[in-house]
Amino acid sequence: MFEVPSVADLNVAASLPVTLLALGACVFLLVDLFIPQDRKYITAGLAAGGMLVALVLALLMWGDVIELRDGDTAFSELFIADTMTHVVNIVVLITGLLGVLVAYNYLERTKIQRGEYYYLILFTTTGVMLMGGANDLAVVFVALELLSIPLYILSGFRWPQEESEESAMKYFLLGAFASSFLVYGIALIYGATGTTSLPGIWEAVNDIVAEDAASKYLLLLGSGLALVGLGFKVAAVPFHMWTPDVYQGAPTSVVAYMSVAAKVGGFAALIRVLVAGMPNFVLDGETVAAWQDTVWLVAALTMLLGNIVAIAQTELKRLLAYSSIAHAGYILIAVAAAGTASVADEAVRAVMIYLMAYAFTNVGAFAVVIALEKDDATNTGLDSVRGLARTNPLLAAAMTVFMLSLTGIPLTSGFVGKWFVFKAALSADLVPVAVIGVVTSLVSAFYYLRVVWLMYFEDGESEASTPWPLASAIGISVAGTLLLGFVPYLLSEMTNDITLAFGG
Amino acid sequence: MVPLWMYLLVAAGLFSIGLYGVLSRRNAVAILMSIELMLNAVNINLVAFWRYNSPGDLNGQVFALFVFVVAAAEAAVGLALIITIYRRHKSVIVEDVDLLKW
Repeated sequence: MFEVPSVADLNVAASLPVTLLALGACVFLLVDLFIPQDRKYITAGLAAGGMLVALVLALLMWGDVIELRDGDTAFSELFIADTMTHVVNIVVLITGLLGVLVAYNYLERTKIQRGEYYYLILFTTTGVMLMGGANDLAVVFVALELLSIPLYILSGFRWPQEESEESAMKYFLLGAFASSFLVYGIALIYGATGTTSLPGIWEAVNDIVAEDAASKYLLLLGSGLALVGLGFKVAAVPFHMWTPDVYQGAPTSVVAYMSVAAKVGGFAALIRVLVAGMPNFVLDGETVAAWQDTVWLVAALTMLLGNIVAIAQTELKRLLAYSSIAHAGYILIAVAAAGTASVADEAVRAVMIYLMAYAFTNVGAFAVVIALEKDDATNTGLDSVRGLARTNPLLAAAMTVFMLSLTGIPLTSGFVGKWFVFKAALSADLVPVAVIGVVTSLVSAFYYLRVVWLMYFEDGESEASTPWPLASAIGISVAGTLLLGFVPYLLSEMTNDITLAFGG
Repeated sequence: MVPLWMYLLVAAGLFSIGLYGVLSRRNAVAILMSIELMLNAVNINLVAFWRYNSPGDLNGQVFALFVFVVAAAEAAVGLALIITIYRRHKSVIVEDVDLLKW
């Protein structure tokens, strides 16, 4: 009744970076047992090496140096290796490498140097990469869990420190709650369309819209619930409550990695489910996808709340948490713009450009926080940067670059990301939400530039430790932020080939 | 045969009970159990849709298996986290754990 495909038909080559990394993570799991406690740099090195190999493979596949002879789908069309997959891979692997670099000395001096850290990072990275290539709702679900469950553990990695344990429990309870919404939504989408494969859903949605079948209500409910579930993962208002607590309580090196990786995974899932799966889900009398209004409303709320609440924060990690909520809002504008069929590709490119730009900047900003943090997890308040320009001018300069980029000042990558996002919104006639975006960017300048002000114009005895892995991570982040800011061509060239339309 | 909507109704009821549990219970273990209820509602949905809409392929059933596995993995991690909290506070009431502002 059911045919079992042979290994040759699986076309494993198309999923080589992610398959390799998954296998590597499983091997490291065992290897780490034989590495003595005082030589954990071997595990860190192995993890970084594994990600570097996967990154090279992803770059080669992106540049079409590796040709895929048997088409770009693997595992009976569960996985697809299109340009978006490669770009997601590149972004998350760079983030993962930076994540290992910022973590090593931090773990050493806070006495939580455990080998688990590195392969949990590898598993999360695998989850995000799978999400980028998901061509079936089953893969979306499994990838989301593969990226979330290691992050729950990593948030609590600093046991027996109380804040860390607490943040892990909160993250876990809310995360598991959110994924049950997502999977209920997926079940309803499956009920409405009769399939879980995304191209299959695309075709089924075409029929549902053409016949105006009653199952469109089921589809509407299903996509709404899936949106709730994914909204939690990307920290969109009103599902953002966990973000500040988790970012404050979790070890800073984990936050540096997860604030980017979880966002990349969540937005890859949103794009795969909404933009690839049902861009053609148009209710009668409308010209744009049914989910567009909801998404831009959520985007507007997220930008407003994130930026306004961030002003009141006195804790650097909480400030960056609200800033990351605000940035989720900016990216959601582009997701909303993708609901207009003619702008869909441009908008998806804008999402990827923003994520790439955001990755360098945000990991860098958290790396500076790591440098300032004391061994007992204190000294992460706004006061900790007072007078940094005098005691450590290079670090202060780096932090200034990151803050300017997060604000979106020209010649930084943050500006390029915002430029493409707002351009997509204007092409899709979403003028009000683009205006909200610009205005809230101005508001955000207040709290970002306050950090710069404290560093340069206030007195204080700011101390920082920057061992070479951390310093190099900050250096790479500064270089990435400025390079992408000065040469936006790199970003637009990188994402130029992204198209998602099934069946034209 | 029992019509499809009855299964969906049971599943929706179970999901709502779970949702109510998550929002109203204060005990972390009870919240975890409520989340499991919500996932079981999903399984009923998946298997019912599979049986009535597309019994020809295995999608729905396999998906239900994935949900089992993920639920088990989540429970393992979640209980471990709850135990670390219990060792410190001698309590698993969520409100007792309030170092960070909610």
